[in-house]
Amino acid sequence: MPLGNATEVNRMQRPTSDDERRRITRGGEAPKTPTGIPGLDEITRGGLPRGRPTLVCGGPGSGKTLLALTFLVNGALLFDEPGVLMTFEENEEEIASDVASLGFDLPGLIAARKLAVDYVRVERSEIEETGEYDLEGLFVRLDYAIRTLGAKRVVLDTIESLFAGLTNDAILRSELRRLFRWLKDQGVTALITGERGDGALTRQGLEEYVSDAVILLDHRVHDQVSTRRLRVVKYRGSHHGTNEYPFLIGADGISVLPVSSLALQHGAPLERVSSGVARLDAMLSGEGYYRGSTILVSGTAGTGKTSLAAHFLDAACRRGERCLCFLFEESPQQLLRNMRSIGIDLAPWVAAGLLEFHADRPSRYGLETHLVTMYDIVANFRPTVTVIDPVTNLMTVGTHSDVQAMLTRLIDHLKTANITAMLTSLMPGQTDIERTENTISSLMDTWMVLANELSGDRHRRKLYVLKSRGMAHSNELCEFVITNHGLTLLAAAGPAREAANDVDLASLNRDHHAVI
Amino acid sequence: MQLSENPSIVPARELTFSLRLYVAGQTPKSVLAFTNLKQICEEHLLGRYEIEIIDLLENPQLARGDQILAVPTLVRRLPEPIKKIIGDLSNTERVLVGLDLRARQ
Repeated sequence: MPLGNATEVNRMQRPTSDDERRRITRGGEAPKTPTGIPGLDEITRGGLPRGRPTLVCGGPGSGKTLLALTFLVNGALLFDEPGVLMTFEENEEEIASDVASLGFDLPGLIAARKLAVDYVRVERSEIEETGEYDLEGLFVRLDYAIRTLGAKRVVLDTIESLFAGLTNDAILRSELRRLFRWLKDQGVTALITGERGDGALTRQGLEEYVSDAVILLDHRVHDQVSTRRLRVVKYRGSHHGTNEYPFLIGADGISVLPVSSLALQHGAPLERVSSGVARLDAMLSGEGYYRGSTILVSGTAGTGKTSLAAHFLDAACRRGERCLCFLFEESPQQLLRNMRSIGIDLAPWVAAGLLEFHADRPSRYGLETHLVTMYDIVANFRPTVTVIDPVTNLMTVGTHSDVQAMLTRLIDHLKTANITAMLTSLMPGQTDIERTENTISSLMDTWMVLANELSGDRHRRKLYVLKSRGMAHSNELCEFVITNHGLTLLAAAGPAREAANDVDLASLNRDHHAVI
Repeated sequence: MQLSENPSIVPARELTFSLRLYVAGQTPKSVLAFTNLKQICEEHLLGRYEIEIIDLLENPQLARGDQILAVPTLVRRLPEPIKKIIGDLSNTERVLVGLDLRARQ
């Protein structure tokens, strides 16, 4: 956030304290408490404001409680920061069983004194109100739990329930104000959840009291596909991403799409990896693709895109590398059978655990879910090579801009992890290649085009390298055949500007490369 | 005065009352609550009540057991069921209703 803007927001909300003014004018970021939630710490540049309350709001089922619990559990397990959960809606057992499926062992953490759960039950029908009171009982309980554990993190879920249990709104509001100030004085990083209200962030306007940071969770269903999104509405004294970021509640809990690397800061490795086709390597200045680069293989149906990908996977597995293959068109069994028929047997690599297939129908989830699922799989399997076949099937799931944003993130993520990625792109027949592909082509390092050309009474398979950044690649349109020994490039056909012999071609390209 | 529709329940006025007043320190509110409570008990429960005062600043761990949130909170532990009345007990009518000593209007 620019300096002027931050100051203005503060003026609008409440007078800026000296401490905050110093922080803003210094231009430094306030200290942060990491949530340990993949992606969220990147968006917030380090986590939640340390020692201050943060509000997380969203509708029912938007994942507020889960986010809050993850914050506590990660604090206890990863950052040695014990935490206190004060829950107003579910008791200890209910919460523990809710999150057990995510692998959170709440009873274990409680026994290890890394977590305390205090269930506050407020039932209006059981309470008679007469005269003045305050919520000191709540403070005492919280204070006792914090002291007992030496807690650094506190979650209040969902404190608005108090309004349903007690009738005196005036007392509640002044006590909430006091509570949030008190939490700051304790120096704990607090996360307060609030139910989304009509035309306001929360039903009871909690954002008025908790103004250091506000995170909004949203759960939308569009075209029968549900999407969860997260947005940092406000973060006082810190830069933060202002976009809506998709997030997923998967088997391993919450993950928000990492975006840290969108600044184009990946390294540029010089190492090369073979395409698995000897003469194709020759066309790519003799050595194949760059490791960590992204390769697009486009062509109409039946041009041999998957075969090229299979060669690449096979070559990588032969080197002992771990490979992931996402299929959006055929099943792993179909692919294995088809590739075996052209002499590429991938089954042993699958058996050896080097190659893993993930097949899914594109329409099964929304784009974000696909993306986050793929992130999770990549993070767990840790491949060095990833193939997506065909990436174009994913494009049917969302709008043009959504797809572009998603692919940018995905490719970016793979590059950051130095994973060499091959994406195949199925083009409808008779279209201008370079226009059709403008969604993603600029993200690609190497782009190869496959085509079938009718010649007399048979069709010939052709391949050319449209671009390959950072290397002197061949500009030739090269014919190839697919036999039961795989895909083989024929010696240069047509007007042979480059040598007919692939060895010569390779050496020629090496010379080019040396000059560059 | 009819206290209960159900004749099998012994009317509260014939039982001994075990009361707990939760406070947090000697605040004007807690002093007022105790004064009010004492007065009500003397008037309506003479000879059959006991009051235990719990200061949460001294015994914070006790707040959880009785689900104390607000202070002062008066808890009627006996006769059952447990009843809670929060506030400084300045509205005698409501305290009597809360203790089941007077029918809800």
